[in-house]
Amino acid sequence: MTTRISARFTDLAAQGRPGLVTFITAGDPDYDTSLELLRMLPGAGADVIELGVPFTDPMADGPAIQAAGLRALKAGQTLAKTLDLVRAFRVEDAATPIVLMGYFNPIYIYGVPRFIADAKAAGVDGLIIVDLPPEEDKELCLPALEAGLDFIRLATPTTDETRLPTVLAHTAGFVYYVSITGITGSATPDADVVGAAVARIKQHTLLPVAVGFGVKTPAQAAAIAAGADAVVVGSALVEAVRKTLDDAGAATANTVPAVEALVRELAEAVRGVGRQAAE
Amino acid sequence: MNALNSYRTGPDEGGHFGIHGGRFVAETLMPLILQLEAAYEAAKVDPAFKAQMDGYLAHYVGRPSPLYYAERLSEHLGGAKVYLKREELNHTGSHKVNNVLGQILLALRMGKTRIIAETGAGQHGVATATLCARFGLKCVVYMGAVDVERQKPNVFRMEMLGAQVIPVQSGSRTLKDAMNEALRDWVTNVHDTFYCIGTVAGPHPYPSMVRDFQSIIGKETRAQMLEAEGRLPDSLIAAVGGGSNAIGLFHEFLDDPGVEIFGVEAAGHGISSGQTAAAILAGRPGVLHGNRTYLLMDDDGQISEAHSISAGLDYPGIGPEHSWLHDIGRVKYIPCTDTEALGAFQLLSKLEGIIPALECAHAIAKVMEIAPTKPKDHLMVVNLSGRGDKDVSTVADLLGGRI
Repeated sequence: MTTRISARFTDLAAQGRPGLVTFITAGDPDYDTSLELLRMLPGAGADVIELGVPFTDPMADGPAIQAAGLRALKAGQTLAKTLDLVRAFRVEDAATPIVLMGYFNPIYIYGVPRFIADAKAAGVDGLIIVDLPPEEDKELCLPALEAGLDFIRLATPTTDETRLPTVLAHTAGFVYYVSITGITGSATPDADVVGAAVARIKQHTLLPVAVGFGVKTPAQAAAIAAGADAVVVGSALVEAVRKTLDDAGAATANTVPAVEALVRELAEAVRGVGRQAAE
Repeated sequence: MNALNSYRTGPDEGGHFGIHGGRFVAETLMPLILQLEAAYEAAKVDPAFKAQMDGYLAHYVGRPSPLYYAERLSEHLGGAKVYLKREELNHTGSHKVNNVLGQILLALRMGKTRIIAETGAGQHGVATATLCARFGLKCVVYMGAVDVERQKPNVFRMEMLGAQVIPVQSGSRTLKDAMNEALRDWVTNVHDTFYCIGTVAGPHPYPSMVRDFQSIIGKETRAQMLEAEGRLPDSLIAAVGGGSNAIGLFHEFLDDPGVEIFGVEAAGHGISSGQTAAAILAGRPGVLHGNRTYLLMDDDGQISEAHSISAGLDYPGIGPEHSWLHDIGRVKYIPCTDTEALGAFQLLSKLEGIIPALECAHAIAKVMEIAPTKPKDHLMVVNLSGRGDKDVSTVADLLGGRI
């Protein structure tokens, strides 16, 4: 089945370049600014959008994304409003894939069947749920796949050869390789080590592999992207949001332009990888 | 559905107790959790591991702990015969050491060199720091910044024992946030680090493993009560935060239908006040910290901040086996407010010369309520899970300097 995600990666392959996946937190610093940011991303060079679903206790996230989630919650963001954001974005953009990334409890409380139906209807393409390993597939992964939502699995440096097939068994869209053992936005990954890990995963699957956690600068993004199908940047973008906020934590005139400038730099660096490869 | 033959066979192989439990963790941790499960299964049937445990429990922890007939308390209440299971007499001053010993010996078997732990009141942190000192392991304890303030004596004890105590500034800066930070550390240092969880919560196999290590409390109680009275107790009562001291006492008796069992949740200012830590009585099932269980949360699934006078009970969740025992009705969970616990803290100190931890003062408060309604030949056992030295300054402040 052709989905927005598979269409986008097919297109990237045709262009001969890796993709840029950008992460922002839904509702950070407020709903309206978040929607503006979302609408800005494709034009600035984001190929896939990861939209963080705020949660009070994000146990795999570092300080930057923890703070972004708390800002969003303080501004009144809920899972229902996150689906509203996606619906509003889809009015203007029918092509850019959106993947929700978060933790299971808000979805569990919303109700799994209702969430799957509403997410599909809103225009969500995939889900990355950090605290649902293959051992808990029946909770959300299997019903989501059944409904045509891609369930994107995290593979990590601790996922060894024997476990990899389990991790890849019910995954769709792409595989998200976590480049470090750690939390988001912490250590800097080593591009050579990551490249070898991606090659190892590709021996087991035909799905594209995106790499994230710890990628902060355009140069790092380019180095990681060279050995993968896409690179994910998150903490650096939510930090860019934070730095533009006023003393009360509200968005300023500089918030969207500052994030846009960083996304353009990242996109240029990542697209440069494609040009070099083509030369 | 067929009636259960036994309440003691759980969890299933996926770590479920009814709908509760499971393994809701990041993929980075999953391989290690599977290794831990295998290592624990092997240790459980290894006579050498049991011999090692028994040796340290007897000579280092000081077990068995006494089952003490609280004569003056019983007379004062004018009903049931109340026995105290004296877990506060263990080395380090609480039941926590039973579990930590097991996990540290397991960590050594697995070749891990660095131990991390979360702590609320500091009792689990002190027990972990103690055994890390004993076995020469590096120890890092995460503790909410609020708890660091209200449990200062335990912070000094941990540091004296060579542990590094990291105050956690995120979220509500209490036990829940300490657990988040410990999980983040574990994800980062998974190659050499063993996470020593202090209660019967977290991803499988922790809830059942910690229960097994704590179940010595109930096993001793059964033997001691048979020796003292020639029969089993009529009721058991224990405070429940995560629920390790309670399940440690209860598990042995779950299949004895004549034994009535009460778990006491910390109600804070009351279960409907919004200032509570009573996960079962004021919460609903959800997923946090690796397991499904009753949790305090809002309608969007965002976890609420708990409140209790006792740092050790100040957590918005509860162990999954307790959630299941509640669902099936085998254990009755009842609330105790901060004020009631404070009253019990003072009463036990004055009548028996035993200053209880604020955690188990919650259980004593319910003994004060239930014991008078029972006949004189009713045998009631309360788990006195920790000593209250650490709480003396908190209580003195609350009472305006008058104890």
